[in-house]
Amino acid sequence: MTSPVFEPWNDPEAKPLIEFQNVTKRFGSFTAIDDLTIGIYEKEFFALLGPSGCGKTTMMRMLAGFDTPTEGAIFLAGQNMAPVPPNKRATNMMFQSYALFPHLSIWDNIAFGLKREGMPKPDIEARVDEMLRLTRLEKFARRKPHQISGGQRQRVALARSLAKHPKLLLLDEPLGALDKKLRQDTQFELMDIQEKTGTTFVIVTHDQEEAMTVASRVAVMDNGKIIQVSTPDRIYENPNSVYVADFIGEVNIIDGTVTPNGPDSYSVAWKDGQPPLNVISPTVFSDGQSCHLAIRPEKVTINAEKPADVDNVVQGKILDIAYLGNISTYHVELPSGVVIKAQSANTRRISRRAFTWEDTVWLSWTATAGVLLAN
Amino acid sequence: MTRMSWFNTVSLTLGFAFLYVPMLILVIFSFNDGKLVTVWAGFSTKWYGELMQNEAFLNAAWVTIKVAVVSSTIATVLGTMAAYVLVRGGRFMGRTLFSGMIYAPLVMPEVITGLSLLLLFIGIGLDRGVLTIILAHTTFSMCYVSVVVSSRLMTFDRSLEEAALDLGCSAAQAFRLVTLPIIAPAVISGWLLAFTLSLDDLVIASFTSGPAATTLPIKIYSAVRLGVSPEINALSTIMIAIVTIGVITASLVNKRQLVRQQRDEQAAVRS
Ligand SMILES: Nc1ncnc2c1ncn2[C@@H]1O[C@H](COP(=O)(O)OP(=O)(O)O)[C@@H](O)[C@H]1O
Ligand SMILES: [Mg+2]
Repeated sequence: MTSPVFEPWNDPEAKPLIEFQNVTKRFGSFTAIDDLTIGIYEKEFFALLGPSGCGKTTMMRMLAGFDTPTEGAIFLAGQNMAPVPPNKRATNMMFQSYALFPHLSIWDNIAFGLKREGMPKPDIEARVDEMLRLTRLEKFARRKPHQISGGQRQRVALARSLAKHPKLLLLDEPLGALDKKLRQDTQFELMDIQEKTGTTFVIVTHDQEEAMTVASRVAVMDNGKIIQVSTPDRIYENPNSVYVADFIGEVNIIDGTVTPNGPDSYSVAWKDGQPPLNVISPTVFSDGQSCHLAIRPEKVTINAEKPADVDNVVQGKILDIAYLGNISTYHVELPSGVVIKAQSANTRRISRRAFTWEDTVWLSWTATAGVLLAN
Repeated sequence: MTRMSWFNTVSLTLGFAFLYVPMLILVIFSFNDGKLVTVWAGFSTKWYGELMQNEAFLNAAWVTIKVAVVSSTIATVLGTMAAYVLVRGGRFMGRTLFSGMIYAPLVMPEVITGLSLLLLFIGIGLDRGVLTIILAHTTFSMCYVSVVVSSRLMTFDRSLEEAALDLGCSAAQAFRLVTLPIIAPAVISGWLLAFTLSLDDLVIASFTSGPAATTLPIKIYSAVRLGVSPEINALSTIMIAIVTIGVITASLVNKRQLVRQQRDEQAAVRS
């Protein structure tokens, strides 16, 4: 049995739930969002990823209605949101600071939005109890926000923003205040809740692992622009720029110039005195164009003897070893001074490790291991 | 406990003596049996009894309380609204001018405020009485309320209001259901401040009161000019008692709330 793959962004028929059309947002002369166009589909778990100050919160605030675009328009389910005030939008936001009402109990915090809708009392009670169960907060219903822990507060904020069945839930760095273990548990909880409720989630984070874990698609942002939007695996395997490759995970970047030598096949001259590297790239490059070759450390193999029949092989000396328990990262310095990182799984005990500092080793990788980038 | 040095003991005694000896003398002589305010003639509460018979004083006390309650209530509403607009209103035209103007009465000499109000009331033909005192007191105490409330609003987390809007509140509902309950302590202390200011104001009240209505401070002041009587000592003692009880109650309530909050937070950490 195969379940249909969820990728509405590849379906030309599908209409996005949210559309940003050439949206620009300026604060005075400062441009926080720069001519941004993007579509987010129903039931997506969409992650905005980028360094601090790149405009993630500003995008969320425009979706919630607290800020208005300086130029361009935002559509929600086909409707232009410009004239719609925040209290009339079918979106709810979970704030970075949680913004729980300190004078109300947990129960009343969750019921707050439902009461404003004029929902009948028994329905409110049923819905609040359902949310308390979903977020496992039944025991704390009568407490005030300052009487519960940080992790519990974060769940109250989530319950409160989900209670109204929003079409779109906005989560602004929801897990920022949690420690790593609780954070990972909560990420899976979030994915679970998103699946159960079928709500469209847009999550802001500056933690790339978090974005990769939860999201159906990730948008990598820089300076108010979206640099790449794609599924987590494509962002990782096929970054479209050095910025994205570098932002997500560890990467070796080798600068050089290309010479085409067959269909999709290029040789890259990179350092004087080194044989050119063989690369297969679907992106077309012209003769003599400068390029950057991005290779993930786990795709570089480390050997004591020179391996035969490989596309690319270089020799170097081990400069540093980062032992991470399950894997080790070797920093290998080539004669030209370039340092290349190679990763290998620690399948043996550390005392029987094959390599140590100052060892001369051979690094090798296939022609398809790296991604050739123009910028 | 460490023993205080003689220097500390002396400065403490001197300081407190400066503060409380005059009041203490006043209180003691309010229980004097004799008519002379400076010669002790035995304990008695007869001046309190006589005070209760004094129509003029009782009337003045009633006017004072009425004026204080009504003017401080109006001042609290207006002052809170002004503070909200100044802190939250964003950059509207003339905002700096407006915020400067609202604080100006704080530094304006009372004589000038009183005089200008008097001229205004005469100009529009408003007879001086309870109403004019209420208006005058509202005018000058409202800016004190506004100062107290706006300093609270500056530290108020804006995202709480945005959360209320996000959950379906109109701006007015967000203010009523979220902002106001949270800033309530500041609003209440603004009200108390306005109430006390109105209670002991002499200068502005003397410009704006008429023959129909006098406040207690004016009454005491004019009575003293004819000579201090033990009756006035009794009246002042009652005022001191009221203020003391008020201050102690307020601080007890405050302290209880603080203790409860600390206990709650400790409970949260343990769970
Ligand atoms: N109200 C504002 N006035 C002026 N500048 C702002 C305002 N809000 C955000 N900015 C600026 O816009 C940029 C993007 O902010 P933000 O969207 O909060 O970034 P982040 O990606 O960290 O969430 C920042 O440089 C910030 O200083
Ligand atoms: Mg942010």
